[in-house]
Amino acid sequence: MSHSPLRLLIVDDEAPARNRLKDLLADICAELPNVVVGEAADGVEALEFLANSINPEAVLVDVLLVDIRMPRLDGIGLVQHLAARTGAPAVIFTTAYDQYAVSAFDLNAIDYLLKPVSAPRLLAALKKIGKLSKLPDAAALRSLAPEGRVHLHSSERGRILLVPLASILFLRAELKYVTAQTRERQFLIEESLTHLEEEFSERFVRLHRNCLVAHSAILGVERVSETDGETRWTVLLRDVAEKLPVSRRQWPQIKALLKEER
Amino acid sequence: MTSIRQNPSVARLPDFSSPGVWLRILLGANALAALAALAANRQLAELPGELAIAAAALEPPLFASLLLLRVLRRLLLRLPYRAGLALVVSMVLLTTAATHVLGAALAGPSNGHASLLRPLFWAGLCSVVLLAYFATRARLQTPALAEARLMALTARIRPHFLFNALNAVLGVMRSDPRRAEAALEELSDLFRVLMRENRELVRLSDEIALARQYLNLERLRLGERLQVKWDIQDCPPDALMPPLMLQPLLENAVYHGIEPADQPGEINIRLVRHGDRLLIAMTNPYDPAASPHAGNQMALDNIRERLMLFYDLDARLETAAESATGIYTVRITIPCRMKEAA
Repeated sequence: MSHSPLRLLIVDDEAPARNRLKDLLADICAELPNVVVGEAADGVEALEFLANSINPEAVLVDVLLVDIRMPRLDGIGLVQHLAARTGAPAVIFTTAYDQYAVSAFDLNAIDYLLKPVSAPRLLAALKKIGKLSKLPDAAALRSLAPEGRVHLHSSERGRILLVPLASILFLRAELKYVTAQTRERQFLIEESLTHLEEEFSERFVRLHRNCLVAHSAILGVERVSETDGETRWTVLLRDVAEKLPVSRRQWPQIKALLKEER
Repeated sequence: MTSIRQNPSVARLPDFSSPGVWLRILLGANALAALAALAANRQLAELPGELAIAAAALEPPLFASLLLLRVLRRLLLRLPYRAGLALVVSMVLLTTAATHVLGAALAGPSNGHASLLRPLFWAGLCSVVLLAYFATRARLQTPALAEARLMALTARIRPHFLFNALNAVLGVMRSDPRRAEAALEELSDLFRVLMRENRELVRLSDEIALARQYLNLERLRLGERLQVKWDIQDCPPDALMPPLMLQPLLENAVYHGIEPADQPGEINIRLVRHGDRLLIAMTNPYDPAASPHAGNQMALDNIRERLMLFYDLDARLETAAESATGIYTVRITIPCRMKEAA
C-alpha cells in the first residue's frame, strides 16, 4: 500500500462537496499518493461502481469516502450492503451535521470526517485507515441503524436494483445464486442463504434446506400425500400461486408457527 | 390537520405555594391592617396598642387562609379564573368566621360578643384588593415574557444547513470564485437577519427576498434537484408578516422533500390576499413510505408558537400530507396588515 497510490471512491449527492474532496485529495497527493478512481451520487451508484469493477486480480478501490444523507440508499445503508460481502474496501463517513450518527461513530470508533473537511484532517484519517480494520463490525452497524437493512440488492446488466425486504415473499437457493421472489418477479441475490437466514431471522423462516419464506407471506398449509404413503405438507403463499414444500425436519417448527398465529 | 392550540389563559390565580406570593400577601394584608388602624386612630398615643390589636385580629385568619389556599392550590388552578376568584374570597371569609368563633369560644363568654361583621368586611376587602393586585401584576408581566420567548424562538438555524452551505461554498471556491463570493454574501445577509431582534412584523417583500437568497444558497449544492415556483402576483408587497417565517418553512421543505429524493422536486410557494386575510401556502414532495421526522414537527411548533405571540388566536397553521400524491402542504393564514405610511 505504501508504493501504489491509494485508490478512492467519493460518494456524495452534492457535486460541490465531491469537488471539494477532490481538491483536497490533490493537495495532499505529495504526502499521500492517491487517485480518485470514481464518484457516485448515492449508495446505489457506489454499489454499481463496485460491482462493475469486480476483478479477481485486484480490488480497484481501497477507500470509500461516504456521505451519510443521500437519496435512494444512504451512507449507512451502503455500508450495510458492503458488510454483507467479502473483500469490501475501507470506509470513512463524511457528514456536515448529524448528531445521532456522530455520537454512534464515536461510541464505536468508526472513522468519520466533519464537513467542511480540512486537508490535514483528511490526511490523518487516510493515514489511519492503513493500520486499522476496514468496515464497521456487525455490532457497530446495529447501533448505527437498529432496524437493520431494509433492502437487498440485485445486480442486473451493470445496474444495481434495490429490492425492499418487505416485498420479498421467499428466498430460494438455486445453484450458485439465491433468488428472491416478489409478487412481480424474481431477483438474483449474491448472498448466501445461511447468512440471510441469520441476518433476517425475524422476518423469514426456513422451509427446507434451500428455502426461506417470509412469515407475512404464509397463507396456510396444504397436505400432500406422497407415493410412499408418507404425509408431506406444502405452504400456500399470498400473491403467488406457487406452493413451497416443507421438509420433514422443518415441519414441527412451521406447525408451531402457524399455531402461534391463530 | 392541526390548528393553533388554545392560548393558555392569561388571567390566572397566583401560585399559593410560591414564597414570593406568600411574602406579598403577608406584607399586603398587614399594611392594609395598619392603614385601617391608622384611619381609626383618634389619639396618637394609643396607636401602638391599636396596631397590636389589629395585628392580633388579622394574623390567625390570615395564616389559616394561606395554609388552606396552599393545600387547595391544585384545585384552584384547575378551576376557571372567575370561579377560582369566588372560591378564594369565600374561603377567606369562612376561615375568618371560623377563627373568630373559635377565638370567642377560647376567650370565654366573659369577653362578650364582638360583632362578626367587622372582621368579615375587612377580610373580604383585603382579599379582593390583593387579588386585584396579583391580576394587574400578571397582566403587566406577560408582554415581557412573550418577548423573551420570541427572542428564544427566532434565534435558531439548523447547523445542518450552515455546514452544508459552507462546504458547498468551499467546493466551488477554486472552480468558480465569483459564485463562491456571491454565496458568502448571501450567507452573511441571511445571518444578519437571523441575528437581529426579530420582534416586529416585516414587509412581505423583505421576507420574500430573504427566502430567495436562502434558496440560491441551497441551489448551489443541490443544483437542478431544487425547483421552486413562486406565485405572488396577488399579494400586496407592503403587507406585513412575522419575520423569518418563510425561510424555516423552505428549509423544512428542502430537508424533507428535496434532499432525500433521487429525482428533482418542486417546491411551490403561494402568497395571496383574501379580503383581510393573508394566505401563505407551501407544498413540497415527500416520500409517504419514509417515517415522519421529529425535526419537522419542531420547526412547525416553533412557527406556531411565534404566530400565537404575534397574532394570539387570529392566525392558523395547518399541515396536510397526502399520501396518494406524495405532496406535503403547509398553510398559514394571518390577518392582513399593511405597513403604515411613516
